[in-house]
Parts: sequence; structure tokens; C-alpha cells
Amino acid sequence: MGTLSERILHGTAGEYVDRAVDRAFVHDGTGVLTLEAWKSMGQKRIHNSAHLHVLFDHIVPANNGTTATLQHELREFATSSFLNFSDIGGGICHQIMSEGIVLPGEVVVGADSHSCTLGAFGAFATGVGATDMAAIWMTGETWFRVPESVGIHLSGTFNGAAEAKDLALTYVGKLGMDGATYQALEFIGEGTASLPMDDRLTLCNLAVETGAKAGMFYADGVTERYLAKAGHLVKSQQPGPCRYVRELDFDLSDIIPVIAVPPRVDSIKPVHDLEGLPIDQVFVGTCTNGRYSDLARFAQRVKGKKVAVRTIVVPASRSVLQDAIQTGVLASLVDAGCTIGTPGCGPCLGAHMGVLAEGEVCLSTANRNFKNRMGIGGEIYLSSVATAAASALEGEITNPEVV
Amino acid sequence: MQGKGRAVCVGEDIDTDLIIAGRYLRTKDHGVWVAHVFEDLDPSLADRINGAVIVAGKNFGCGSSREQAAIALREAGVVAIIAPSFARIFFRNAINVGLPLIECTLSCIEGTPVFFDFSEGWVETEGNKNAIHPLSPRMQKILEAGGLVKYWRTAR
Repeated sequence: MGTLSERILHGTAGEYVDRAVDRAFVHDGTGVLTLEAWKSMGQKRIHNSAHLHVLFDHIVPANNGTTATLQHELREFATSSFLNFSDIGGGICHQIMSEGIVLPGEVVVGADSHSCTLGAFGAFATGVGATDMAAIWMTGETWFRVPESVGIHLSGTFNGAAEAKDLALTYVGKLGMDGATYQALEFIGEGTASLPMDDRLTLCNLAVETGAKAGMFYADGVTERYLAKAGHLVKSQQPGPCRYVRELDFDLSDIIPVIAVPPRVDSIKPVHDLEGLPIDQVFVGTCTNGRYSDLARFAQRVKGKKVAVRTIVVPASRSVLQDAIQTGVLASLVDAGCTIGTPGCGPCLGAHMGVLAEGEVCLSTANRNFKNRMGIGGEIYLSSVATAAASALEGEITNPEVV
Repeated sequence: MQGKGRAVCVGEDIDTDLIIAGRYLRTKDHGVWVAHVFEDLDPSLADRINGAVIVAGKNFGCGSSREQAAIALREAGVVAIIAPSFARIFFRNAINVGLPLIECTLSCIEGTPVFFDFSEGWVETEGNKNAIHPLSPRMQKILEAGGLVKYWRTAR
């Protein structure tokens, strides 16, 4: 049978294979360089535009003339070459690809490191750079080294305020920033059944923070029901005998709220140890935690109250924003004093809005807390949505279990 | 493929934000990336890496897929990067833009000459030869072509 990666890539771990790509996508950041490299390759050939996506999410709307010009050029190319195009306000590439585009068993490549998010559907999804992507535009295929896999066995269900993000940070802490380099993570075991797609997306999203090239769930009834709503009838994938290079076990009921302390994503501490640390900004959003269920969970805690620090909430997509409008979640957030941003990556990459001042501290639901990432001299602590909400109300890091 | 340069030592887990920060990405001007390379790690590095072989700790190039990181290092004059391991997207990116990466554990002495030979599979410093983990045949071809763009323009 083999691991899910071996089954999808039709090879055994360690082997190099050439595979046709079912879906390939770029965003406004990596798309510019992809277009440059594609032009330089000289053939001016698009293999199959129906499989290619260009989605603007990193700096949306454009913040200055340079960005606007670069986006204009890419927009013109995408539309005139009949690539699938999502303009500003559509949302984060990974989120849009998760809203009924990526299907189980597919080979998916994105010019963004967090493309591993889409392994939540039982697809082999990984990130590449711009020049690799340019060759994929041209040929429709690329080479892979079939990865060894790490089996992550899940059992039990979450207790109290702990959520998928806490498990994600916990496994990153356990594996370390290079603990799974060149490998894939497979989430398996009876504990997976209780996890909705949103949780699976969050768990796969952090895979790259361990160096992994993919994070994957086997498609099951949860996947079938989620994709049926988008009009796709898909089949479950049955795990079979396979070889893992390493196996980890997590009982979800043991997971507690944790925080990644800057500047490392694998520097994990219980929220309890950091309680009372003053914060200047809270950021809720990104490809990690900007989905509807995240916004709803945040709203549930702040509804009827006022946030004590500036709080930026950025829905991951237009569809997330629409759901939040229809259910009243958005009104609760605005009433509580939150600032709502355009669907997209928001302040995560520190390239435009929501940048931190020197010495400021942000509690963020994103996936990276590298030095200076959200502004020179600013510090980023990473947490779950529940911890972010409890902390936003107090203006300091607060344990969501106690509130 | 052979090469040599002065060793410049950097630590473990150097992420691509440290190589070129997100605030400098929105341009096609390579000069901007060269001017700000390693700015958040050690601004003095920018003046020292021309003609250098960077000898790094494990997991060099982790984080974002930004190819600007590999381009910045190449354009700044880096001859090659040696590390026990590289983050995989950076690995592909560097070879794709024609920047040699060498998987090898080497103790780094700042400023000492480092020689390498891909075809024979060694790196030498202070008179000691160390075996390197070879590139896959495909990556070797891409690197020998001078990167993936040239590979597609000429080698095919």
C-alpha cells in the first residue's frame, strides 16, 4: 500500500519521480517572479491554463505605486492567458483552494510555503519557488523526491479551551523547526474522526514549520461531507500498511493552550507560564486561523464586551466574510472594537498594514514569529484563537481556560 | 563543477525572512535585495559575502518560499552555501537560480579558504577533505546549466 505520499506520487520513499500537477497556484508576491522566469524560459507556452490559479492575497489592496504596477502586470497576464484569477478581496490562496477546488488524491503545488495546508484533503500539496512554478506553467509537471513520512497518531478529543492550533504548536515544538525536513507528516488514528476540515487545515498548515514538505490527512466521511457541499462527490482513502520513519502519539485530551515564543515557532510554552505579559496588538486571521469557525470562536468570547488592545481581524476569504456577516459574527466583532481587514494575509508578513512599532508585542494566530517579521523590533507570540480572544479582552496574555 | 571562496560563518535555522525581509520583496530590482541581504541577521554580512562560501548550521533557508532569498545571495556574490541540511523549498530555489548548495557538516573558521568539487564530491578547508552528500542527477543538470531558466532555454 505505502504511505499516502507514496500512493499519490506513485513511487517509494527516496525515489525521484516526475508527476503531472493537478493544481498549481501563485499569489501576488510569488506570481511576479514566476511570470519573469516564465518569460525568460523563452517558450511562452502555458500547458493547461484551467489547472493554474493566480490569487492576490499578500498585499491587498495595493499599498503603493510599485505594488500596484506589479499587480497590474500580473493581473493582465492572468486574465489574458485565461488562468483562474482571484483579485484583491477574494482571500488567501490556500483558503480559496480549500473551498471546493482541491480534491483527494491530487498533486497540488503552490508558490508559497504554506501550500502544505491543502494536504488536509488527502492531496499531496507542497510549496515551491517561482522558477519551479514557471516550469510547471510551461510543462504541467515537475519532479519530486517521494518523501519519507512521519506518522502522527491522534486519539481522544479536545478538552476545555484547547484547539487544533494548540496541537499544531505542540507538535512543532516536539519535532523542532527541522524535525521533519524533506519528509511528510501523516495525521492518522481514531482521533482524526472528530476533527472538522477547519482543524485539519490548521494542523497541515504548520507542517512546513517542522521542515516537512507536506502535512496530510486521509480523506474520510468528514472530507466527503465538506466537499459534497461544494458539489464534489469524492471517495474516502483507506490507510493501509506502510512504513513511517518516526511515529508520534498525541491524546487530544492532553493538549493544553500553548504559545510559541519569538523568534522561533518551535519554542513552545504553556499559556499559563506567560500569563500577564502585556500585549499591544492582537491579530486574528491568516491561512492558519482565519476561517469562519475561527472568527466565530473569537466572537463568542468578545461578544458584548470590549477589547482592551487594538485587535485586527482579517477573514481568510470573501466567503468567510460573507458567512460572518450572515450569522452576526462580524457585528459582534465590530461592536467589541475589532478592526476588520480585507480578506487576505493581513499583517502576517509585515509588508503593509498592521505593522508593529519597535518594542511592541503582538499576539497572533498566524504561523511565524521570526525576528522583525511584522515590523522592525516588534515581537510576535503565536497562539490559538481562544487564547487570542481571552488576551484581547485583558490586554495581556491570558489563559482561556480560566476566563 | 568546482569553486572556492572565503568562509563566512552563520548559525542554525537561518530563515528566509532573515536573508531578505518581507518589506523589501515588492520589486523586480535585484539591487534592492542585494542592498538589504541579511539585514535583520547582521547588516555587516552584506559587505562580506561577495566571493564567500557561506558555512551555515542546519536547516538553512527555512520559512517562506520567497525565491528572492536565493537570488539576493547569488547576486551579492556568494559562491556556494555549505550546511548540514537545507530547508527543501530553499534547496530547490537555490539550484534553480544557479546558486550551488553543498550538504556537508563543516566546522567553520571565518575567513579561511574553502574549496569544493561537485563532480568528485568533496569540500576542503584547512587541509581536510570532507565528503558531500551528492545532488540528485536532475539537480546536478540544472545547476550545471546555470539554473532552471537556462536549463529550459539551452539544455533541452
